[in-house]
Amino acid sequence: MSSELPVRKTYKLYIGGEMVRTESGRSDPIYSPRPKKALLANVSRGSRKDVRDAVGKARGAHDGWAKKTGYLRGQILYRMAEMLEGRAESFEKILRESRGLSPAAARREARASIDRIVHYAGWSDKFGALLSTVNPVASSYYDFSVPEPTGVVGVVAPETPELLGLVTYLAPVIVSGNAAVVLLSERHPLAGLELGEVLATSDLPAGVANLISGRKEELVPHLARHMDVNAICDAGGDAALSKAIAQDAAVNVKRVKRYAVHDNLAGAAQGLEFIEAFVETKTTWHPVGV
Amino acid sequence: MSTTVRDGRERREAAEKAASERPSLEFGSAWSYAPSPEATDHVALAPRYGLFIGGKFVPPGSKKHFRTINPATEAVLSEVAEAAAADVDAAVRSAEDAYRKRWSKLAPAARGKYIYRIARLIQEKARALAVLETMNGGKPIKESRDVDVPLAAAHFFYYAGWADKLSWAFRGRRTEPLGVCGQIIPWNFPLLMAAWKIAPALACGNTVVLKPAETTPLTALALAEICREADLPPGVVNVVTGAGETGAHLVNHPRVAKIAFTGSTEVGKIIQRAVAGTGKRLTLELGGKAANIVFEDAAIDQAVEGIVNGIYFNQGHVCCAGSRLLVQESIEPVVRRKLADRIATLRLGDPLDKNTDVGAINSAAQLAKIRELVQSGVDEGAVLHQSACAIPVKGYWFPPTFFTGVAQSHRIAREEIFGPVLAVMTFRTPEEAIEKANNTPYGLSAGVWTDKGAKIFQVSSKLRAGVVWANTFNKFDPASPFGGYKESGFGREGGMQGLKEYVELR
Repeated sequence: MSSELPVRKTYKLYIGGEMVRTESGRSDPIYSPRPKKALLANVSRGSRKDVRDAVGKARGAHDGWAKKTGYLRGQILYRMAEMLEGRAESFEKILRESRGLSPAAARREARASIDRIVHYAGWSDKFGALLSTVNPVASSYYDFSVPEPTGVVGVVAPETPELLGLVTYLAPVIVSGNAAVVLLSERHPLAGLELGEVLATSDLPAGVANLISGRKEELVPHLARHMDVNAICDAGGDAALSKAIAQDAAVNVKRVKRYAVHDNLAGAAQGLEFIEAFVETKTTWHPVGV
Repeated sequence: MSTTVRDGRERREAAEKAASERPSLEFGSAWSYAPSPEATDHVALAPRYGLFIGGKFVPPGSKKHFRTINPATEAVLSEVAEAAAADVDAAVRSAEDAYRKRWSKLAPAARGKYIYRIARLIQEKARALAVLETMNGGKPIKESRDVDVPLAAAHFFYYAGWADKLSWAFRGRRTEPLGVCGQIIPWNFPLLMAAWKIAPALACGNTVVLKPAETTPLTALALAEICREADLPPGVVNVVTGAGETGAHLVNHPRVAKIAFTGSTEVGKIIQRAVAGTGKRLTLELGGKAANIVFEDAAIDQAVEGIVNGIYFNQGHVCCAGSRLLVQESIEPVVRRKLADRIATLRLGDPLDKNTDVGAINSAAQLAKIRELVQSGVDEGAVLHQSACAIPVKGYWFPPTFFTGVAQSHRIAREEIFGPVLAVMTFRTPEEAIEKANNTPYGLSAGVWTDKGAKIFQVSSKLRAGVVWANTFNKFDPASPFGGYKESGFGREGGMQGLKEYVELR
């Protein structure tokens, strides 16, 4: 009899490659919409300290990740897709239970999320060629420009679709060599927290992607004002929060890219421009002569 | 590891000894140069300038004017209008009108032809523009003549050619212009910065309202006259003169679609905050504290020339100036000696003199800032080395200066001085050089000097800076993208990358 009793999962944050509870010890209950108010989990309500820890881990991971070859980063992202594929059913279950999606809709979102990661895996060793130039200067110098990752990027993930929205904005940030600190969907954090387990088994170096659940109104300002965050990918879809992000970002001249998020991200929301938003152009000059 | 350190120390001691035994170079007293001033009689200055709005020079609604001077003589050159909110509004509306009715409807090739005309007119008037730039800004005539003005013409010529080729620059995507662009430029390269801003904006189909710096408005007004001579449709380029308040009116104007700002990081942050949530596009080209890294295997004499060009070019009024010298410990005594010898030969004085290397500081306020920071260097314990050159009685001047014994925590190693002042520090390993070079909130430019190609690529790829000059410094070209990492701003000016800042991609 007792063997049929389900073992419930404790959902934890993913910071620096480890599954951790929030240092604040706080939690928020997550309920299922159908049947109404069934408790699904108590998730960590992340704190300012969690955000700062995550930024520290991301900064530490950034150099090593950026230095890896595009081929290797591509294989690691592809491995993420493999791991997600292997756990597709558990993601579908979460999407059904926590957002009330139909089985078909949950399956579509899981499939689209896998495809999106595969899409960006393939960009790892190609975006550089498309964004680089050899500049024909009017003097005897060899002059070329290449894209380099911006650094530590804060990602404010969409509320819904919580899985596809997360991979849509996380994958293009990390594929170029950035490290990310992600604030997950506040209302539907379970799929994002589950993705932490995918990342942990994907050979992604610890700290490259950090996932935090909690209240955006509380956490976003700490991310947007953090002096060691270089850019914000704002896909939160909240106009007031977006304006606050853009203002706070000025403390250290963060780049802010704001995305209008539509519930249906399945089609066009991918491609080079999503990568381009979080790279810098470096131009190098060298004399030509003997 | 220990071998490296011991070898380094032995080489350093040998170099110290050799340097101390060598007599000082004798320059300056053995040869004297006759004055060779550029004539100013072909530069026609009006006693008073209005605002350039809708293709005409108009008096400001504010009825206020302010004096603009020659910083080398403190003589008043002219009076320029101070644009108030209503004047800025008139300029923006004129630009919007021109955008809707004329410029956005013009065939791209025709847009290009207007911009080519501007390039040619700058070339035709090159000498007068160079003299005017030097009179109003204090920079040596050899720099305004050989760098500022030719590069300004080149920028217009380069972007003119892009006007009908945008679909090749952004293949697979449709481009649309943004509308009215508000552009605010600094006083260090007044005409050149106007060209960097206006040329790509017009090529992409936008119209502009330009606000030149308050101390250097005259070449921007000369450029406005050139736009008129080129028969550019009225309102496509508008020039509003004034100080920070005028700039704020432009930044906050609701009909402006994009702000492009070059200036200090402090003001850049204020603008970024002001623009937040408005939907306006923004590019910022802000301050810098570039590291110029010299390895022991570099060609030392060339490196010293590069160091001098990196920090004393344009009196150090350069956002990408190589203001932190990181020199490998083993060659520091030699480099220090050669640098001291070299700055003794730099000729400071009349900016209009063709032999002048170091001109006047742009303003009394800037001179005060330089003096304050130099004093902080002395107070914090760094060792001052300064050219003993004569300083003219009138005008604003600061002799070429460098500090040794500088710690990374010193203000002169952290803050942008924007003057002819270099902070010299040392390193032992490439890793240490990279660590120190990146130890700044800025990230505009950097220099690397070494004879080893592999080392150049290794080091330059780890420097968090938008422009890396390897075995050279302070080179600019319209085809080459320029702009910063981190707090040096975002967006690129120049090259194909510079177009992206002035189009909406669909």
